Amino acid sequence: MVTSMPRVSFTPNLRRHLDCPTVDAPGATVRAALENVFAGNPRLRGYLLDEHGCLRRHVTIFVNDAPAADRVTLADPVGEGDDIFVFQALSGG
Amino acid sequence: MSARLLVATRKGLFICPPGGDGWSIPAPAFLGEPVSAVLHDPRDGALYAALRLGHFGVKLHRSEDGGASWTEIGVPALPKEKEGDKPLDMIWTLAVGAEPGVLWAGTLPAALFRSADRGASWELVRGLWDVPERASWMGGGYDDPGLHSIVIHPLDPRRMAIAISTGGVWLSGDGGGTWRLGGRGLRAEYMPPAQAFEPGVQDVHLLAACAAAPEVLWAQHHNGIFRSADGGESFVEVTAAAPSRFGFAVAAHPADPATAWFAPAVKDECRVPVEGRLLVTRTQDGGASLESLGEGLPAGGSYDLVYRHALLVDAAGTRLAMGSTTGNLWLGEDGGARWRLLSAHLPPIAALAFA
Repeated sequence: MVTSMPRVSFTPNLRRHLDCPTVDAPGATVRAALENVFAGNPRLRGYLLDEHGCLRRHVTIFVNDAPAADRVTLADPVGEGDDIFVFQALSGG
Repeated sequence: MSARLLVATRKGLFICPPGGDGWSIPAPAFLGEPVSAVLHDPRDGALYAALRLGHFGVKLHRSEDGGASWTEIGVPALPKEKEGDKPLDMIWTLAVGAEPGVLWAGTLPAALFRSADRGASWELVRGLWDVPERASWMGGGYDDPGLHSIVIHPLDPRRMAIAISTGGVWLSGDGGGTWRLGGRGLRAEYMPPAQAFEPGVQDVHLLAACAAAPEVLWAQHHNGIFRSADGGESFVEVTAAAPSRFGFAVAAHPADPATAWFAPAVKDECRVPVEGRLLVTRTQDGGASLESLGEGLPAGGSYDLVYRHALLVDAAGTRLAMGSTTGNLWLGEDGGARWRLLSAHLPPIAALAFA
């Protein structure tokens, strides 16, 4: 076992605005993993979450092959070896 | 010295250097991104550009070098106090404050924000947010009400006027601490007759003040043009408005309180120039009469609509600029007597500024 943390990667379209390389981030939920990413990249938070802490309307998160169900508290569980993909939705463009 | 023209569009911010007969349109900053508001701060020369990113939210950028480079700074945050309270959708207008470093922002959903540090951080103006009437503000154009006009009295900056689509004209006498409804005399055709003159239901599309006579405010309203001679407390309708009373934009002459310009469209349900002929109208007698200024503008077949922040006059009161949703950009010389097309190929234009 090489990696034990969820791996978080981002749509290349975000790189128009800020640097956001793929990172391994500890956490048992999507939110916990993202909070760990934000800790090292604070500006990223406002691109993915609104000021109320919800996932922005036109941002989509997948855990492996399935869209994350909880867009408000981001409580979808993640574990070892999971991939969290942050995409922009096709809406909103 | 001529000013640059800043053009905020659906797909970037164009900063056009002044040219005699040959104005050029350089490549934009923020290519592909919607720019909803732009501000030049004459105190330090800084430029501000508000972005409304389709996916990633509202961002605000500042440039210290005339637009060569930009730095992302802070954005207003709307409070969530009850279910249904929405996050920030757009910065609709930015204004320079009186005190050093102070900026103001009007937003969609409707709120007023103040920054004391050149936009690095923003504070909600509670005095306006907490007025009980806010519960009855309505969407006007957008689903949510929005604050699009911020007028600060140049001699007494404690006096402010703002306008909300749709929530009327609000006045402060203490620098934004407390607010009360102004706008007596505004008339709303879209309400039941008994409520037509309710100040809180008025959809002023834009407020503009005469800099040299700041008691005079012009309002392009959803169904009429109105003028105030008492700082927004009360308004008188300009019944001579023609060829229509509908429009979004108004530009107030900086020195002459009897002069203002408008960009009429047919009506709310048909937002195109009357008979396809694009016109700017001007009054020079306080609204008693208006003349049509169309030389150099399309005489037919025009579908241009001029948004509320896309008609402006320079500090001398002689040069105008106008941009449309069709992506046409004009300069109007001699007070709008002659118009010149600078580009017919821009993205939809949201706002203009001279800098």
